Amino acid sequence: MQEVAIIDYGMGNLHSVGKAIERVAPEVRVSITDQYERVRAADRVILPGVGAMRDCMAEIRRLGVDDWVREVVEQKPLLGICVGMQALMAASEENEGTEGIGMLPASVRFFGHDLREDGQRLKVPHMGWNQVFQTAAPALWRDIADGTRFYFVHSYYVEAEGNANLAGRCHYGVDLAAAVAAPNLFAVQFHPEKSHDAGLKLLRNFIDWDGSL
Amino acid sequence: MSLARRIIPCLDVDKGRVVKGVNFVEIRDAGDPVEIARRYNEAGADEITFLDITASHESRDTTYETVERMAGEVFIPLTVGGGVRHVGHIRNLLNAGADKVSINTAAVHHPEFVREAAERFGSQCIVVAIDAKRVSGEGETPRYEIFTHGGRNATGLDAVEWAKRMADYGAGEILLTSMDRDGTKSGFDLGLTRAISDAVPVPVIASGGVGNLQHLVDGVLEGGADAVLAASIFHFGEYTIAEAKDYMRDHGIVMR
Repeated sequence: MQEVAIIDYGMGNLHSVGKAIERVAPEVRVSITDQYERVRAADRVILPGVGAMRDCMAEIRRLGVDDWVREVVEQKPLLGICVGMQALMAASEENEGTEGIGMLPASVRFFGHDLREDGQRLKVPHMGWNQVFQTAAPALWRDIADGTRFYFVHSYYVEAEGNANLAGRCHYGVDLAAAVAAPNLFAVQFHPEKSHDAGLKLLRNFIDWDGSL
Repeated sequence: MSLARRIIPCLDVDKGRVVKGVNFVEIRDAGDPVEIARRYNEAGADEITFLDITASHESRDTTYETVERMAGEVFIPLTVGGGVRHVGHIRNLLNAGADKVSINTAAVHHPEFVREAAERFGSQCIVVAIDAKRVSGEGETPRYEIFTHGGRNATGLDAVEWAKRMADYGAGEILLTSMDRDGTKSGFDLGLTRAISDAVPVPVIASGGVGNLQHLVDGVLEGGADAVLAASIFHFGEYTIAEAKDYMRDHGIVMR
């Protein structure tokens, strides 16, 4: 039986991610865990995360999750979600600079207090359903139409411009990375577990992914 | 802007049962919040809000169980509110599967609670619910105040200043209810909605008074709301979520 480990480092709603995986992949065993052994034994791993990246990184380092993540990506597929995606980057502007795990070179930026589009002020956080345009990693987007809306809620974003790992683009005042990909690594800024059918489809695609691009 | 405006059906739940029930075709249990949430999820609702209107000590465990069942069936965002007074309540609701928790009276009595909650769990999951009433007379500059206990208790707090303060304390979203319009089906208080929406940097959900689909359009185009919340027009089958979305789309509003 295939096993998916969802890393529990105390930051976020893990129940929903677990339930969504159980829904789309009843044949898979889901374990929500803070134990290295379970992560090591799993066939694929999910790194979720909500709240402030500084707090997430503090817990990630305290538990040694950063080392687990590096090991996982050498061997099997990893999915980062929301702040779990941001934590995989080199650094964030949050709290005057927070260092990330550094799996990918991009940095995480703040939308700012005066985000505008066509003269209109945009609300921050970027909260709601926005369109994602696919740029790479077709295996993860299988059976999902280009431009499909996913549910976002975040105040910081990974830049799309010049991002060699970009897999999906979204626009909200700026171009942001909705998804990034590298071998054995896929990460999304939106919440697939809250994005209805398209999100569930993406989670199923992750379960079926062999990790290659 | 390509971010879609949201339609949020709201369930009022008392001791684990939906108050007044709903009128859907072929629904097995019109009082079961999980069944109803599942229907709205399938019907294309953008989020669901669950208000625990009893929220007594005894009912809290029922609420956690209901939220947990709901989160296993509904794969869109779920906000839960009603009687949230402690960090422990928030933690339990989030652990049960809520994505956002709405704080109302406790914020008025103890504003620092909002700051504490946002710091602990992140602004993205802290909604502050504001119940406001117009206190200025006809012809005067409109002024709105915060009320508690279903509009009975005045607090003397100016609604616009209060909303700004709550956003400043870390609320990630404002759920704004007009106590003058709630239950009247005469439309949102658009002046109130516009005043709050312009004043705060975070998204605003307009609530209270929806009686037809034009009211939803007005809430967005005139009120500036980022999301619109309604209960009875959907529960009693007067309109479907799809009809509401089509109508809003026809009026130039970006919808999912």
